[in-house]
Amino acid sequence: MRPKTTSRRIRLVAGAVCAGLAAVAALSGCGSGDSGGKVKLSLGLFGNFGYPALIKEYQAAHPNIEITERTAAYSDHHKNLAAHLATGGGAADIEAIDTGYVAQFKATPDKFVDLNTVGGDKLKDRWLSWKWAASQAKGGQQIGYGTDVGGLAICYRRDLFEKAGLPVDRDEVAALWPTWQAFFATGKRFQAHAPNGVKFMDGGPTVLNAIFGQAPVGYYDRSDKLVVDSNAALRQGWNQVVDAVKSNLSAGLLYSTPTWNTGFTQSQFATVTCPAWMMPKIKDQAPDTAGKWDVATVPGGGGNWGGSYLTVPKQGKHTKEAADLAAWLTAPEQQAKVFTSEGLLPSTPSLYDDPKISGYTNPFFNDAPVGKLFTDAAKNLNPQYQGPKAGDVQTEFGNAMQRVEQGKQDGAAAWQQLVGDVAKLQS
Amino acid sequence: MASPGTLSRADRRHKWSVKLSPFGFISPYFLIFGIFGLFPLLYTAFVSLQKRNLLDADAATFIGFGNYERLLLHDPYFWNAMGNTVSLWLMTTIPQILFALGIAHLLNRRLRGRTLFRMGMILPNITSVAAVTIIFAQLFGRDFGLVNWVLSWFGAGEVDWQAGTASSHTAIAAMVVWRWTGYHALIFLASMQAIPSTMYEAATLDGANGWQQFWRITVPLLRPQIIFSTVIATTGNMRLLAEPLLFNPGTAAATGGSDRQFQTAALYLYEQGFTKYDFGYSSAIALVLAVVTMLVAGLSYLVTRRIQTD
Repeated sequence: MRPKTTSRRIRLVAGAVCAGLAAVAALSGCGSGDSGGKVKLSLGLFGNFGYPALIKEYQAAHPNIEITERTAAYSDHHKNLAAHLATGGGAADIEAIDTGYVAQFKATPDKFVDLNTVGGDKLKDRWLSWKWAASQAKGGQQIGYGTDVGGLAICYRRDLFEKAGLPVDRDEVAALWPTWQAFFATGKRFQAHAPNGVKFMDGGPTVLNAIFGQAPVGYYDRSDKLVVDSNAALRQGWNQVVDAVKSNLSAGLLYSTPTWNTGFTQSQFATVTCPAWMMPKIKDQAPDTAGKWDVATVPGGGGNWGGSYLTVPKQGKHTKEAADLAAWLTAPEQQAKVFTSEGLLPSTPSLYDDPKISGYTNPFFNDAPVGKLFTDAAKNLNPQYQGPKAGDVQTEFGNAMQRVEQGKQDGAAAWQQLVGDVAKLQS
Repeated sequence: MASPGTLSRADRRHKWSVKLSPFGFISPYFLIFGIFGLFPLLYTAFVSLQKRNLLDADAATFIGFGNYERLLLHDPYFWNAMGNTVSLWLMTTIPQILFALGIAHLLNRRLRGRTLFRMGMILPNITSVAAVTIIFAQLFGRDFGLVNWVLSWFGAGEVDWQAGTASSHTAIAAMVVWRWTGYHALIFLASMQAIPSTMYEAATLDGANGWQQFWRITVPLLRPQIIFSTVIATTGNMRLLAEPLLFNPGTAAATGGSDRQFQTAALYLYEQGFTKYDFGYSSAIALVLAVVTMLVAGLSYLVTRRIQTD
């Protein structure tokens, strides 16, 4: 009897070892097949791109393609993408990248499909030339198709302005602030008669980003050298906003945080810097405030904050199909649809004189003529060069302004620490 | 027929099988540990000697101990993060163990619905840490947080929890303590039930009150469990990442506050690796952190071992 038991035992041991190995193998190779012969494409997004309707339309026209969308928070999305590119797996077939991060990602163009090799070179003229250039690597590889551009405006609360005794008509409001200096002066007027608990602006960092977005040179010069400490335009804008914070005009909320979102629903502030992509954010966040908001021109003329690109990471299984979808999603017709549904400003100038676009008004914002407003802003826009870590510099500026708002430091000390923090990004 | 003293082939095979099969049964663990534990550790050690961008592994250069030199000698933000970690270690571990002891003591009595309460203890621990943290971050909100609302009854509202060092540490410690106290309480409860009731009866006859019985009998007899819980809490705290990360959402999450006032060492590692993409440097932080964790765990073992057993 013994030999039999032994051999059974040996088999048992072998089985246990195999099971262990199989578990390891299953964990390491997470292969997923395509079910039913359909090509599955995934879209990695952040915020609201306004794509669900377009995806349905594309799937209807391409029955062999199945598209899934996944959305993460702004900074999580970009960090995840970096991790997925580094490990060579896990990225979506199409990944969105924001202006603040595009320079960083285009520094490693071999991680992405060069869209010029799949027909991108023929589509080039669709986009604003600076938008196209911003996602082009040094070696000429095109890593992304432009989606929206930010443009700039100021969204303001009509009801709160009225309570504070300010004009509410959008042209009169725009006339209140031809310059940022006038904007902050208006703020002081507002604050003097503001309803209890309401501040003129949401927080220093958003205003700072708008002012910086108008400067001819931003955080970097064109040789990718950080010029934060020598750029007088940044320092001047910084001082203005610090002064506004000291004058108690700011609700002290940092954008893209839950407390900031709550600020919209609780009416904690009367104005917010409004790139076009901010409008769907406000609408999604505080649907109850419909009709109370309006949009006026930004002090100091044009300017840009934000705007994104669709890229196709090379690690995807169906890069050809993904590139086709990215080209379709960013084509002028689709950008026009996204503009009328969500208000995201197209990066394709052929639309700017289309009456459907320039005549578009937004009911949520008291029928403001946002079509005209934002296309004018886009035409006047002086593109600013975005250096490698622009997104991270912007984060450091947000932190520095928070230190002032929280009363931890004065403007000069916060600036000094900022310059040191930014210098560390360079190494 | 084999002669006495020599083993048949079958018997010999049996003997080897008995000797070897334990190794066979434990081998899956060592295989998995080797692949998911040892290899990453060695690889991290290798990467920590390089200057290496996360996105651009091809451009890595060997720099010896350069990352360690920069980290230990020239990086005030690392020491700031270590300071925060130690502060949170004290603010979480001690209350956790004390609360857990008290709760276990109460649950060890005859209570109505005892099982229900015991099961409830584990609930915070099995809740998603992200959900817990997001809710706590709301509770500790500056303008509309529940905690400030309650404090305002006593005329002490308007605390900007995220802004201050002490206040932010308090809020994060509250999350950790809430999450882990029940877990430790159940461990203590299990061993309390193994303490023979005759010891308490004898103590009662000697005139010891409840408090004395708790400190002189229960706590000393729980020494192994207290050591275990302290070491677990310590190592867990050294890896504290999700709570401070989610306590400060938005674009600047990885810095742990506007002035890094609640950036833990693990969060600093995350910032260097996944915000600055400095893979070599973050690997060096990981290894230093592993060494520090072992030291601190050893220290807490030595401290808790001093609990008296008389």
